[in-house]
Amino acid sequence: MHAISYEAPTTVEQAVKLLATKGEKARPLCGGTDILIQMRAGVRKPEQLVDVKAIPELRRISFDPKSGLSLGAAVSCIEIYENPTMRQHYPGLTEAAHLIGSIQIQSRASVGGNLCNGSPAADTTPALVALGAIAHVVGANGSREIAVDQFCTGPQRTALKPGELLVELRIPAPKAHSSDAYLRFIPRNEMDIAVVGVGVALTINGDRCEAARIGLGAVGPTPLVATKAAEALIGKQLDETAIENAGRLAGEAATPIDDMRGTAEFRTSITAVLTRRAIAIAAQRARKA
Amino acid sequence: MAMKQIVETKLNGEPVEFICEPRQSLLEVLRDNLGLTGSKEGCLTGDCGACSVLINGRVACSCLVLGVEAQGKEISTIEGMANGSRLHPLQQKFLEHASLQCGICTPGFLIAAKALLDRNPSPSEPDVRYALAGNLCRCTGYDKIVKAVLEAAREIRAAA
Repeated sequence: MHAISYEAPTTVEQAVKLLATKGEKARPLCGGTDILIQMRAGVRKPEQLVDVKAIPELRRISFDPKSGLSLGAAVSCIEIYENPTMRQHYPGLTEAAHLIGSIQIQSRASVGGNLCNGSPAADTTPALVALGAIAHVVGANGSREIAVDQFCTGPQRTALKPGELLVELRIPAPKAHSSDAYLRFIPRNEMDIAVVGVGVALTINGDRCEAARIGLGAVGPTPLVATKAAEALIGKQLDETAIENAGRLAGEAATPIDDMRGTAEFRTSITAVLTRRAIAIAAQRARKA
Repeated sequence: MAMKQIVETKLNGEPVEFICEPRQSLLEVLRDNLGLTGSKEGCLTGDCGACSVLINGRVACSCLVLGVEAQGKEISTIEGMANGSRLHPLQQKFLEHASLQCGICTPGFLIAAKALLDRNPSPSEPDVRYALAGNLCRCTGYDKIVKAVLEAAREIRAAA
């Protein structure tokens, strides 16, 4: 790997200052499970790594029943799925964090890093999209918010400007009878990259769907929002017909490519299947929530 | 070249200070700077787990950690696993069950298995297989490894 310099600031201000000084030549370091591999492969060539794991705001999980969740960008996947609040209120996002790589990877990798890496197949991003998460970003010129469904702009590309730091993800508090689910298709049990990933978040009233959002992964150049599929559920009884219809519309929203992990046709078909199943799981959870 | 940095850490229970370049992985520092060659270099992409170490009790691939990130952390490697000449029950069971052939993956499996048993003394077989999903072995077919871990768990429970 090429020579780099390394800093581990303890405040957001220090981190932003360091990132601003080096501009495009600096990059934040969280778990390192993507960036270090990319640096060895020569895909990314930062001269400065700014380790953000010592900044308290980036390491906290803070939940308030009214204002919702603030999830620090550097919280590791293990810290997420070992957290009872996360498991209770955001089981879909929690299961996405639990699916990434091995325990070795989960002990280091973060949801914030997963998002900033910008992979179309990132497991936690469709779950965040379904939950309507907002990215809170700080740069030298102040802070701004980016909806997670607008965050990724292409493969390995994000809306972050040089020097901007993702500090936390903000997720609204779940309303009564709300829940979420994330499902991924891979051809083996563990340690693989999504062929398709589907995140669903629902609010129900009796058997009627009051609100729905659906995020799709690995079926386009960025994670996608399946708006039509979600809208088709709202106001409907969540019966077989409604779920079948939403699955079909999610498949139509997918714009996959053929690659070694699956053909476009296969991915479209699997998108519909996983959407149906994720709706059923989220609805079952929402009934109990 | 970037400035070398001094890193203070606790390694296998002992305070250790080392000097490294920021670009060096923890694996490289352990093997090349500190002479601890038990952790193996396999894939360098976090897929094989041969370089597994514990960082503050959590299992991680030392190839995907920078040496400088060890500052203030507690690192445990395979070299710290046996108590003098007395093998850890996991090591003993790996020998008894012939859970290794070429041995390259073994330190990583032992570390990942220890991380599991430290948190879950009574794992089921699926628990063991899940916890070891990040470690690849091209010789044994995994069955003997899984049996050894389950046996070691039983023995540790019986001794507790």
